[in-house]
Amino acid sequence: MTLREAENAVIEEFSMYDEWLDKYEYLIELGKALKDYPESSKTDDRLIKGCQSRVWLDYEFRDGKIWFNADSDAIITKGIISLLIGIYSERTPQEILSSDFSVVEKIGLKENLSPTRANGLVSMIAKIRNIAECNL
Amino acid sequence: MDIREIREMFPALDRKVYGKDLVYFDNAATSHRVQSVLDTWNRISIESNSNIHRAVHRLADEATQAYELARDSVKTFLNAAFREEIVFTSGTTSAVNLVAFSFGEAFVHEGDEVVVTEAEHHSNIVPWQLMCERKGALLRVLPVDDDGYLKMEELDGLLTERTRIVAVTHISNVLGIVNPIKDIIEKCHARNVPVLVDGAQGAVHCRVDVQDLDCDFYVFSGHKLYAATGTGVLYGKRKWLEVMPPYMGGGEMVGTVGFDKTTFAPLPLKFEAGTQNFASAATLKPAIDFINLLNDNNLIKENELIKDFLLAKLMSDERVRLYGVPRGTGEDKIPLFSFTVNGVHHEDLALILDKMGVAVRSGQMCAEPLMNRFDVTGMLRISLAPYNTMDEAEYFIKCLDKAINMLI
Repeated sequence: MTLREAENAVIEEFSMYDEWLDKYEYLIELGKALKDYPESSKTDDRLIKGCQSRVWLDYEFRDGKIWFNADSDAIITKGIISLLIGIYSERTPQEILSSDFSVVEKIGLKENLSPTRANGLVSMIAKIRNIAECNL
Repeated sequence: MDIREIREMFPALDRKVYGKDLVYFDNAATSHRVQSVLDTWNRISIESNSNIHRAVHRLADEATQAYELARDSVKTFLNAAFREEIVFTSGTTSAVNLVAFSFGEAFVHEGDEVVVTEAEHHSNIVPWQLMCERKGALLRVLPVDDDGYLKMEELDGLLTERTRIVAVTHISNVLGIVNPIKDIIEKCHARNVPVLVDGAQGAVHCRVDVQDLDCDFYVFSGHKLYAATGTGVLYGKRKWLEVMPPYMGGGEMVGTVGFDKTTFAPLPLKFEAGTQNFASAATLKPAIDFINLLNDNNLIKENELIKDFLLAKLMSDERVRLYGVPRGTGEDKIPLFSFTVNGVHHEDLALILDKMGVAVRSGQMCAEPLMNRFDVTGMLRISLAPYNTMDEAEYFIKCLDKAINMLI
């Protein structure tokens, strides 16, 4: 699946839910399904600033691709970072940087989250872009 | 008087969020504005919009009168001895900053000490910290116990020859317990130490008599008290305000201005530099008139029932840990409940409750030291006003249960 296809799949998935509580249920499930993140990697340099809850984002650069791993102490945030990882992990830095990241607006995440949460989302995307840029 | 009648005075409460009736339980942060407050603000903005204390024309006169009437109203509200002891500020934070700066300039020197409590809002910590850094003074802290009560037995030990001022909250915005400020003031005065009381929550929930309390400073905000935002009050004993230097310069705070020397206006204008937020400050009068209406036995009884209901529900829920647990009959607890839920992040709960139409507060609530004290990264807080109903309380309890089940 190309990155564009992955983005569209998420947009389609989200459009199935009319109710916000259903969208949250979906994010909660995504959060719970995220693979284990080692406690030893919960370091300040992996912590994303701007979130009310704490988010750690780690990665490996292997075979020319970036493999993300993340965690959060809040489950909805964890669902959001899980959703982003689902799209952007296992991609080359060039692929990641080719995205305009409009997917978060298209699924209504940005406008419907509280301002502090929206800032967190902006920070998460900035971190993903930053990691891609550093590994070009 | 009953809650329904009170509710009708607040047009904001009619709105819906995400198609659901709004349940507004974030009153400790900002309360809604009573219709008479909105009317006053509109009237001044439309009919009497003019800078106060300066021009001689009719509009300026009306605006000045409305502003000064509000000062009289606050004087009566606090039972202050003199109207010049009432200084208008933009809120509690700016009032504390004013005192920390001006009192600090006059009375705090290297090696001196300032005492705050562990239960303070950042606004009653950071201004003192800044002043202590500037002056080379030391900030000392009175801790709270596991239930959220101040450890009064440690107060005497904290007061030394070098203590210059004690700053304490009347009611913590997290714990919701009325602190024994009269007792604290008495103990401090016995050692000749003045006391500032942060009344941001206290002025909303307690009858405050500054002469009876004998506090040196009492500060509060208008926006938590049904008035317009950007309003606040510093009550200061005249003997202090007279000898404290101005905080900011400019505007009507001067006597005469020359390049070699400037003299200052008498109290309270000495501390009201620049164009004041007069249309908003004037709303303190209708807000206080409204508060006087709340002193109604029937209404008080109704509000108490709701508080007791929420307290009982939260205390009996094994998943919930409440901070600020009242002792005895609970008379010293205001309808403000901060809690955490085992295994659930406060922000997740707040987000889900929001989508159910319930506005709550989540996070550190501007009290990071208190969060550290209880070893949590944040809490969820509900805070009620006299316009909140039992139906809303019952709906909240149902929603909380549903939200927890979604998350666990």
